[in-house]
Amino acid sequence: MNNPAPDTETVYVDPLRQARSRKKARQDALIGVASLLGFVALVVLLVGRSSGWDTVAQTFFNGDQFAESFPGLLQAFWLNVRIFFIAEPLILIIGLLVALARTVKSPIFLPIRVLATLYVDIFRGVPTILVIFLLGFGMPALQLTGVPSDAIFWGTAALVLSYGAYVAEVFRAGIGSVHPSQTMAARSLGLSSLQNNRFVVLPQAVRNVTPPLLNDFISLQKDTALVAVLGPIEVLRRAQIDTSSNFNYTPYVGAALIFIALTIPMTRFADAMQTRSARKKRAGGVA
Amino acid sequence: MIKQDSYICVDGVWKAFDGYPVLRGTSLDVAQHSATALIGASGSGKSTLLRCINALETVDAGSIMVNGDLDVTAFNADLDAIRRRIGIVFQSYNLFPHMKVLDNITLGPIRVLKKSQKDSKVAAMELLTRFGLESKALDYPDRLSGGQAQRVAIVRALAMEPEIMLFDEITSALDPMLVGEVLDSVRELRAGGLTIVMATHEMSFAKEIADQVCFLHEGVVWESGTATELFERPRRVETQSFLQRVH
Repeated sequence: MNNPAPDTETVYVDPLRQARSRKKARQDALIGVASLLGFVALVVLLVGRSSGWDTVAQTFFNGDQFAESFPGLLQAFWLNVRIFFIAEPLILIIGLLVALARTVKSPIFLPIRVLATLYVDIFRGVPTILVIFLLGFGMPALQLTGVPSDAIFWGTAALVLSYGAYVAEVFRAGIGSVHPSQTMAARSLGLSSLQNNRFVVLPQAVRNVTPPLLNDFISLQKDTALVAVLGPIEVLRRAQIDTSSNFNYTPYVGAALIFIALTIPMTRFADAMQTRSARKKRAGGVA
Repeated sequence: MIKQDSYICVDGVWKAFDGYPVLRGTSLDVAQHSATALIGASGSGKSTLLRCINALETVDAGSIMVNGDLDVTAFNADLDAIRRRIGIVFQSYNLFPHMKVLDNITLGPIRVLKKSQKDSKVAAMELLTRFGLESKALDYPDRLSGGQAQRVAIVRALAMEPEIMLFDEITSALDPMLVGEVLDSVRELRAGGLTIVMATHEMSFAKEIADQVCFLHEGVVWESGTATELFERPRRVETQSFLQRVH
């Protein structure tokens, strides 16, 4: 006798097995929650009963101090946001141009290739904060006419130069991740090297490096605080001022909370993108 | 020395990769509107020979002339012009995964032949219909079966209206059930009179479709002739033993 042939859409699971696996899932969830609650209770009990806790709470988690400093911190954070939104597009443009400059093969463009390589080597090798010091204090000291002496300007410029070098390397890795057979197919259709880059390689490269680029964005968001060393009153500077005037570290915690509130959603988004692109790659195979 | 009926004339071509010789002074003549099958073991130089013909690889020595007027191996050869006249389809399809099927096909006509968007799309849809793929026009390549992907790759090369088509083991990556549909497409092109050179492991297909079959061995065309001559009465020992092994 033939087996019955259900239509191809049918999904059949034995009800008994289904009930059993549902029960198991419920049990697992319960155990997980109970374990987590137990752990939290233990931590609270241990920390709260330790002798120094009151001093710690007073110095770092002071409600009054928090309420007093937080509005000012938020206001100062607006400067960080502006630095970020000005720097990020510039970083992307510089990164892409430098990455492309490093891939050109024509001998006449050798100077461009050498310059691009030097730029990446230098700015990836020097700590960001050092670049900020060099530009932020050094450039205004030159007192050249037409060169701005604004600390925010030079702080942002330093971030752009430093991150541009990193992002250039990310883009270059992306270009390298596109299989050479794609270029072969494009060239076999008569596309020029430039057309191959523009229509075939770059679109795939950018898609491949979107998750690591998002990671660099998150990093940049935090590093806007480095500009504080030049004096502009952004969130870290504001917290520092509040802290020293009241001898209480709660404003620092407030500043940290503001950064976290912004970076956590972005981190989750980056994770989701990464998972999605990994899945897509597996499904795509050799297309 | 160009023979009378030689449309593609490969003369004494050498090619080495990292000091390892792949083509060793090989020669080949292909007549216009004919189909030539290149057979031989892996590493015998079939793929490399095809890639040299449309200048995806530069030769170390020797020359390749097409139609007596297009010197593929010249130092200052216009590579884009060569590739416009000679299409190639690869074993691994190499479709552009970020573009829909239709855009894969119209990229060359629009960017290289400078045709209008509209004309290119109309022509592409006609080709897709001819190969039974019109319903896939707006899909991305990852939605296609291997056979469909390979037929799209054929259509993409055809959209450039080449004079010569090179097929590089185009059925080797396919599920046996999907080989037939791709071979049907090649039959159709053969009937249309396109000049075809194909590297293949499908002996029965080579026998059926090829006017000329060439057996490559250690980087040279070891023996060539009509399908009947080569398959029924191979003269050289190496050819005989190769055919025995694949049959």
